Amino acid sequence: MTDSEAGQPEPTAAEAVERRRVVSASVTLGAAVGVTALSFGLAAVSAGASVWQACVLSFFTFTGASQFSAMSVVGAGGSAVAAFGGAALLAVRNFVYGLAMAGRISVDDDGRRLSLGRRLVAAHFVIDETTAMTTTQVTPRLARTAFWVTALSLFITWNLGTLVGALAGSLLDTQALGFDAAFPAAFLAMLPPHLRTRQGRLAALTGAVVCVALTPFVPVGAAILVAVVGVLFGARP
Amino acid sequence: MSNSSLWWLIALLSLTAYGLKAFGFVLAGGRRMPPVLERCLGLIPAALLAALVAKDTLTLAQAVVVDARLAGVAVAGVAVWRRAPFIVVVLVAMVATALVRAVA
Repeated sequence: MTDSEAGQPEPTAAEAVERRRVVSASVTLGAAVGVTALSFGLAAVSAGASVWQACVLSFFTFTGASQFSAMSVVGAGGSAVAAFGGAALLAVRNFVYGLAMAGRISVDDDGRRLSLGRRLVAAHFVIDETTAMTTTQVTPRLARTAFWVTALSLFITWNLGTLVGALAGSLLDTQALGFDAAFPAAFLAMLPPHLRTRQGRLAALTGAVVCVALTPFVPVGAAILVAVVGVLFGARP
Repeated sequence: MSNSSLWWLIALLSLTAYGLKAFGFVLAGGRRMPPVLERCLGLIPAALLAALVAKDTLTLAQAVVVDARLAGVAVAGVAVWRRAPFIVVVLVAMVATALVRAVA
């Protein structure tokens, strides 16, 4: 990399075009995630959370699948421990993303390492969508743009969407409207990227079968924790 | 679940979720895990999301129950297969479930 007097060379016209494309894709993704957040807000309230609780969860947990999972167990009458367990297991993938993302995001455009404070802030945004947007960029500069624009755009729409959805949910008769079907539909919609490999399909099938088979015999919500045995299909390459 | 248990759950889950993100990103960043562990952790969403679909479609508390939700989820499955947007998948499931309930 050749350094000019201001650190890295100024972006070329081609890079500027690429940059606009990345920003536009990140903002579009944010809008889509905002709509998902609407359904989270609705579902959380129908599961028994208050509007305020749904919003605090979205702000501080900020990882959709875990939030849906926790509220699904709460709605089913499960214990806080069972609700926590499943949600925490789903959050483990953000740890894995963090390992891969650190090298891409921990330096600025001049190659300097970000301060600890900024890295701690960035960590909050290491989730599915930011990882997908960041790791598919062709240059480090574009990767950083993708990360921060996606992070900001998602954080705004996720929290705003949760608020609006939760407010709407608190005004509606959620049982009569079939809201209990919102949870399984949401999980189903999140599933396809994980079914691309044979191991993924076997893990999913095992998880579903184990969960239903165990449900009558264990406390509410505990079956999904045992269902995680499906991951053992990853033991062999 | 009581209101205070729900607040505890929210607090603990938020701390854990952030802790996992920061542990990977800030502390362990750049290191590689053993491939076996990486593969198994990568399968958590497949196993858990499928278990959650099954739980929310076929169970009520500790009972296995077939009801209107199954119709809703079946319709959602078609929507997912046709690559419909997330909100469409959720809405068609809700509408189908409510319709089956209204008819039954």
